[in-house]
Amino acid sequence: MNKIQEPEVTLELAIEHGLNKEEWDRILEILGRKPNYTELGVFSVMWSEHCSYKNSIAMLKTLPRTGKRLLVEAGAENAGLVDIGDGLAVAFKIESHNHPSAIEPFQGAATGVGGILRDIFTMGARPIASLNSLRFGPLSIPRNRYLFDEVVKGIAHYGNSMGVPTVAGEVYFDECYTGNPLVNAMTIGIVKHDRVVSAVSKGKGNTVMIVGSSTGRDGIHGATFASVELSEESEEKRSSVQVGDPFTEKLLLEATLELARKDYLIGVQDMGAAGIACSTSEMSAKGKSGMVLDLSKVPMREPGMTSYEIMLSESQERMLVVIRRGFEKEVIEIFNKWDLNCVEIGSVTDTGNLDLFMNGKQFGSIPAWHLVLGGGAPVYQRETKEPDYLKELHAVDLKEIPEPNNYNDALKKIMASHTIADKSWVYHQYDHTVRTNTVIPPGGSAAVIRIKGTKKAIAIKTDGNGRYTYLNPYRGGAIAVAESARNVVCTGAKPIAITNCLNFGNPYDPEIYYQFKQAILGMGDACRTFNTPVTGGNVSFYNESPDGAIYPTPVVGMVGLIENLDHVTTSYFKNDGNFIMMLGTLKGELGGSEYLKVVHNLVAGDTPTIDLPFEKRVHKACLEAIRNGIVNSATDISDGGLAVAIAESCINNPEKPMGASIYISRKLRDDEIFFGETQSVIILSISENHLLDMERIAARNIVPCFTIGRVKNNNRLKMNESIDISLDDLKEVYTNAIPDIMRVTV
Amino acid sequence: MKFGIVVFPGSNCDHDTYHVIRKVLGADVFYIWHKETSLRLFDAIILPGGFSYGDYLRVGAVARFSPVMKEIVQYAKEGGPVLGICNGFQILLESGLLPGALIPNEKMRFLCQDVHLKVTNHATRYSKQYTEGQILRMPIAHYSGNYFADDDTLKRLQDQERIALQYCDAEGNVTAAANPNGSKLNIAGIYNEYKNVLGMMPHPERAAEAVLGSEDGLGMFKSLLERN
Repeated sequence: MNKIQEPEVTLELAIEHGLNKEEWDRILEILGRKPNYTELGVFSVMWSEHCSYKNSIAMLKTLPRTGKRLLVEAGAENAGLVDIGDGLAVAFKIESHNHPSAIEPFQGAATGVGGILRDIFTMGARPIASLNSLRFGPLSIPRNRYLFDEVVKGIAHYGNSMGVPTVAGEVYFDECYTGNPLVNAMTIGIVKHDRVVSAVSKGKGNTVMIVGSSTGRDGIHGATFASVELSEESEEKRSSVQVGDPFTEKLLLEATLELARKDYLIGVQDMGAAGIACSTSEMSAKGKSGMVLDLSKVPMREPGMTSYEIMLSESQERMLVVIRRGFEKEVIEIFNKWDLNCVEIGSVTDTGNLDLFMNGKQFGSIPAWHLVLGGGAPVYQRETKEPDYLKELHAVDLKEIPEPNNYNDALKKIMASHTIADKSWVYHQYDHTVRTNTVIPPGGSAAVIRIKGTKKAIAIKTDGNGRYTYLNPYRGGAIAVAESARNVVCTGAKPIAITNCLNFGNPYDPEIYYQFKQAILGMGDACRTFNTPVTGGNVSFYNESPDGAIYPTPVVGMVGLIENLDHVTTSYFKNDGNFIMMLGTLKGELGGSEYLKVVHNLVAGDTPTIDLPFEKRVHKACLEAIRNGIVNSATDISDGGLAVAIAESCINNPEKPMGASIYISRKLRDDEIFFGETQSVIILSISENHLLDMERIAARNIVPCFTIGRVKNNNRLKMNESIDISLDDLKEVYTNAIPDIMRVTV
Repeated sequence: MKFGIVVFPGSNCDHDTYHVIRKVLGADVFYIWHKETSLRLFDAIILPGGFSYGDYLRVGAVARFSPVMKEIVQYAKEGGPVLGICNGFQILLESGLLPGALIPNEKMRFLCQDVHLKVTNHATRYSKQYTEGQILRMPIAHYSGNYFADDDTLKRLQDQERIALQYCDAEGNVTAAANPNGSKLNIAGIYNEYKNVLGMMPHPERAAEAVLGSEDGLGMFKSLLERN
């Protein structure tokens, strides 16, 4: 075995590792000396954007991060933890795996799912459902079809094997995501309050163990790779992408949950980005302790790995476990039962330092606190500048665009847009019924998962419209929260908390940072209005390809609570003759709409306005009506506008499509009425004998409420004098759009 | 009546099956770790769905070598009821308790959706609660559910009334369009010669409560519970 010569550590080498001069000087100051190669590696990954949130944390702290249901402070643990009563809590989080998925879509997406699942069961929670929020370039481009196909397969591969249902999400297609797709994965788990496990290491002399897979050379510098823009050379970094093994993770899940019941357990943290470096430093910093580690004890996949490689490896399916000294045998027994590695690699100290040894020789000594977010990791406030394009695009006069000659054709075109079209091609590949809790499967406003042993259910949904945020970052951020809240409200749930995944370009570009800052301000205002604190999440910067940055795309993962299963409400029309009612008012805003994009090939105007207190009243009225048992279906207006909301309500009835006749008289053009994406509007179907009740509830909440039509068992959709189309025609374009272009039906 | 549910590393429908038997039907049920070698306590054994050993090799091919499988083969040969669901069906084929093979779905995709099933044989200990030709709705969720056997075997299955369930449309027509995965004769489940072993791809345990949209799978467990 040749001994690998460690390179000499210099400023240049630090810069190659993604650090800057200022950060290098800081390391010298912290250590009081030059770092060695291993230490430099550890600092560089821990201070990478991905681990340190150095360019985002100051803004993230402006978001509301507390609430009476929150059981842990935002960002304090691997995932957020929210009380749902009955001694139960839900743990949930969303995370991006954009860069790996751009290079190696199958494994990139698969390990994204694996990583977020680990974040949940690390806390002692059993994962009960997963979601994903995906963005790709247009499917007319073969590379985008490849990415889409492989990402979906990768998510299916991991999630299905784990036996965790994938129940909801969204997929958008837009040119800006060509070359830089977005893959955001969310998981929600359930845990009894007294079984929650913390990611902490403390108690001098206690035992540090590594469990799960062996450590290999895969994924070294994955975190650093995620902190630069994608370029032609990114392909060469394929080795930075990890390879997932869902079978091992399934064993790890069961073993970890067994361990979580034991009193001798001090803390657990999963190994995701930056592997052992991150888990040891974060757990130690949190417990104000240190660790002495013997890296030669780490189970390795190949001989000759250096301390640098062991510390930085991002091999999947591993956990760091800290237990009370003396219970090693018991832990080993649990993990051996599941055929998993379980090895003592060190012990807890009170020095505050990570002391790294290998074969008796010391390879590093770093104060843990200085490595981590919230400790000594750098924090930057970046410059902002309002982008020039905003004024230009807002100035486009949308009254100038011609009305469609044929509204039937315009609606068909929008229904066939891949962003709008039926996504069953995607979710039929995901096991969405395992665990036998799925009350509302994918395809509705939000997924609903019942909580066994209670009358409760959880509604979950991800939302985030990049085009809205591009055209108006503040409103885009606010609408992402409002829409996801509205979606869970439509199923009968009260929104209780969110997690967010913030996908943006290079934060060093002041125009990008302007988008970031404004979007966060919008999200913060919306979260405060709806009383849905941010429990944690993830920031993904540097989403750029040689063609430029993606649309700023904040994705919100909303969790809503349904107190009584009887209140679960679906989105589709059910009964002939039901009245179709609208809560809220159409404003005819066409800016940023799918209609402008698909029919007029135009991305312009301003994002629809949003009045947050009004939105909240709409939610309240809708929930009150649902709880009074008078609502037969509820759905909101979003992408594609009223016409798409009504069309989907007609054709999504699984038994038999139900027709509708809509008449709306307003001083607006028909395209503004049908396709404007007005916010804060919910469409309900209600039987005649409950009309008055509905009107009373709306009035009490100071929300306008109009009857706009009737459900008809005639297999046709009619809207004003302009749309009159058979549901078979609509259904055909809607359901075939994605299978046709992917050339395989699922 | 005591049910036993075998837990292989990678089983993931074990909890769901347990829930139906214990919570929905109130019957006795226990998990059987795959390393156990005594099944004397049990009146029926269920091999649940999942990805035993990750199924990185041919599905079910590793699980058949688990210590418990030797006992299960013996148990079945002595007439004990053994129900294999999804991955459990695949394992029963690999262990030789049932004939044929399950190959990847025709479209080479994992497929999770509701299907309609025709109860082809309603006279067994698994189907007593159903009527002949009854149409059931329950989910499938598999990558390798495409049942294949040679013509002789298929003929034998038909002649001996060993086809348990066939994919059909909502009206009960067994058509190519209603076949989700390319299975020969739209086969969704088959019996062994003595009809004490049943393997099926659809998930009856996922269709056992109205809140989940279908209770059609419950009859399978209720039939087993009924004293012979």
